[in-house]
Amino acid sequence: MKVLVCIKQVPDMESRFKANSSGNWYDEADLAFRMNEYDEYAVEQAVQLREQLGDAADVTVLSIGPDRVVEALKKALAMGCDRGVHVQDPAVSLKDPWQIASIIATYAKDKGFDLIFTGMQSQDRASAQVGVAVAEQLGYSCATTLVGFSFADGVVTAKRELEGGLKGVVKLRTPALVTCQLGLNVPRYPTLPNIMKAKKKEIQAIPVVDILKEEALAATASVYPPARKGGGIVLEGDLNDMASQLIGILKEKTAVVR
Amino acid sequence: MKALLVCEYREGKLLETSYELVAFAEKLGAEKAMVLIGSESEAPKVNGTVYLADAGKYGEYNPDVHKKIVLAAIERENPDYVAFVHSSFGWDLAPRVAASLKAAQISEIVDIVDGKFEVGVCNAKLRRTVTPKSGKAVLTIQAGAFSAAAASGAPQLERIEPADGASALEFVGYEPAEKKDVDLTRAEIIVSAGRGVGKKENVPVIAALAKAMGGELGASRPVVDAGWVEHSHQVGTTGQTVSPKLYVACGISGAIQHLAGMKKSDFIVAINKDKDAPIGEVADVLVVADVLQFAPALTAMLQK
Ligand SMILES: Cc1cc2nc3c(=O)[nH]c(=O)nc-3n(C[C@H](O)[C@H](O)[C@H](O)COP(=O)(O)OP(=O)(O)OC[C@H]3O[C@@H](n4cnc5c(N)ncnc54)[C@H](O)[C@@H]3O)c2cc1C
Repeated sequence: MKVLVCIKQVPDMESRFKANSSGNWYDEADLAFRMNEYDEYAVEQAVQLREQLGDAADVTVLSIGPDRVVEALKKALAMGCDRGVHVQDPAVSLKDPWQIASIIATYAKDKGFDLIFTGMQSQDRASAQVGVAVAEQLGYSCATTLVGFSFADGVVTAKRELEGGLKGVVKLRTPALVTCQLGLNVPRYPTLPNIMKAKKKEIQAIPVVDILKEEALAATASVYPPARKGGGIVLEGDLNDMASQLIGILKEKTAVVR
Repeated sequence: MKALLVCEYREGKLLETSYELVAFAEKLGAEKAMVLIGSESEAPKVNGTVYLADAGKYGEYNPDVHKKIVLAAIERENPDYVAFVHSSFGWDLAPRVAASLKAAQISEIVDIVDGKFEVGVCNAKLRRTVTPKSGKAVLTIQAGAFSAAAASGAPQLERIEPADGASALEFVGYEPAEKKDVDLTRAEIIVSAGRGVGKKENVPVIAALAKAMGGELGASRPVVDAGWVEHSHQVGTTGQTVSPKLYVACGISGAIQHLAGMKKSDFIVAINKDKDAPIGEVADVLVVADVLQFAPALTAMLQK
């Protein structure tokens, strides 16, 4: 059983963001990068499947981006993936989801992966397109937004999250691709011995030009901060001062605090 | 310019969000047609063409079959845009349709600015305008971003069929939401804990504030996923939608899926150490502080 997990590295969302000088993405200076939250669930699920199947399974983790993404790959290897693939692309942020999907699909095409895991979306771009587009380009069956996953006899049973707490259960035959939602599992922390072991695992480097075959279908016109709605009161400073100011405001503006 | 709007239908009912697509098409200045995989009696009340495939025959959502139905409608209508609501239905189906057409997809549109589509970046901390480079484009719109058009009109129904009904995927059934031990929708005051509270052991600090205010405890999703608080307390698109007289968000960043569940609250207080957190956009009062220090101070003062 061959398994592929696709991961992205994204900035910490609590950072302060500003547009870059070309106005087509955010400025990456001073940002700390980490594995996309949704992808951590994808890696964990792939590793759990590997544990279920033992050495009959082999898990490849792939990431596209500049050299910094090797850190995310190393984390996935330390979590239990078998091998890594780094598609080297310093300009990854300017590619549209269709191109990203085509890069993955071109890589995966002749490799015979039975199952592909991705996050349901990235935290920065949040298009929620790449996983499904990979499945379409490869002709795989696909289910998105998984909060439950099981695998037996070549069939995936997937619990999809719908709205308001409702879930939908579907069965898919392999080859299949699934996109993972928050809460699917509890991603493990890499242990020190596993971090050491991961250092010996192979990370294959592929220059993006070797496997990018598609033009972009959409283009970013501009990136800018949202207009401040304003109006809201901002309280800063001493804790007790703020607490009494807040209570004053609530007494005046709401009928429920007296 | 023509837009084909794909209605959402579940368990025998047209979802009201389908009318948000109508409002979007109006704002875009596009002529509209709609497509529904559903029953005739649930057809959207709009003037113009509604392509109808029978849910009795094609069932609840199956992406492979529903894709072929939407493609059949596209072939008949030849629209410039195909639009969905960005929901578990829309974000699942739209990329499949886009890939079949080899058309650009622009996800979770919040506005139209100078003819370009505006979307959020990094949890809405930045905005981005996007233009398609393909002839047709597939669009998903953020739920709630375009206020629903009135349901008035009489559709002209046209039956459509998928090219074939084959699918590699089988829909097994629904699993209902977990039973609720609290009904947040009735609460007048809700004090919610977000990931910013740091760990499970800190949740009582927020619960104590909720109690001192005479309100219920709510939570953002990561807090529920981590098992710190029960799912019945979750506020947001995949939890409960609430509109209390007072909502206090403690250590919650303000992601759209959370905002969708609470932004209609009468009065919103956010306690966050990040002055730029998107929750500030909807907050009447933003307290810039460490919630683990501020909440106890506020609780103590309320108890006096
Ligand atoms: C399909 C889908 C459905 C979803 N449904 C929901 C839903 O129903 N409900 C929901 O809530 N989310 C939902 N989400 C998740 C949503 O996108 C966000 O990931 C989530 O709301 C973030 O929760 P949070 O604000 O608690 O955490 P974070 O985004 O991590 O924010 C934590 C905040 O706490 C602040 N903070 C940190 N430490 C402190 C401190 N000591 N004092 C004060 N502030 C501090 C930080 O500045 C930050 O703003 C959904 C996502 C998807 C894709």
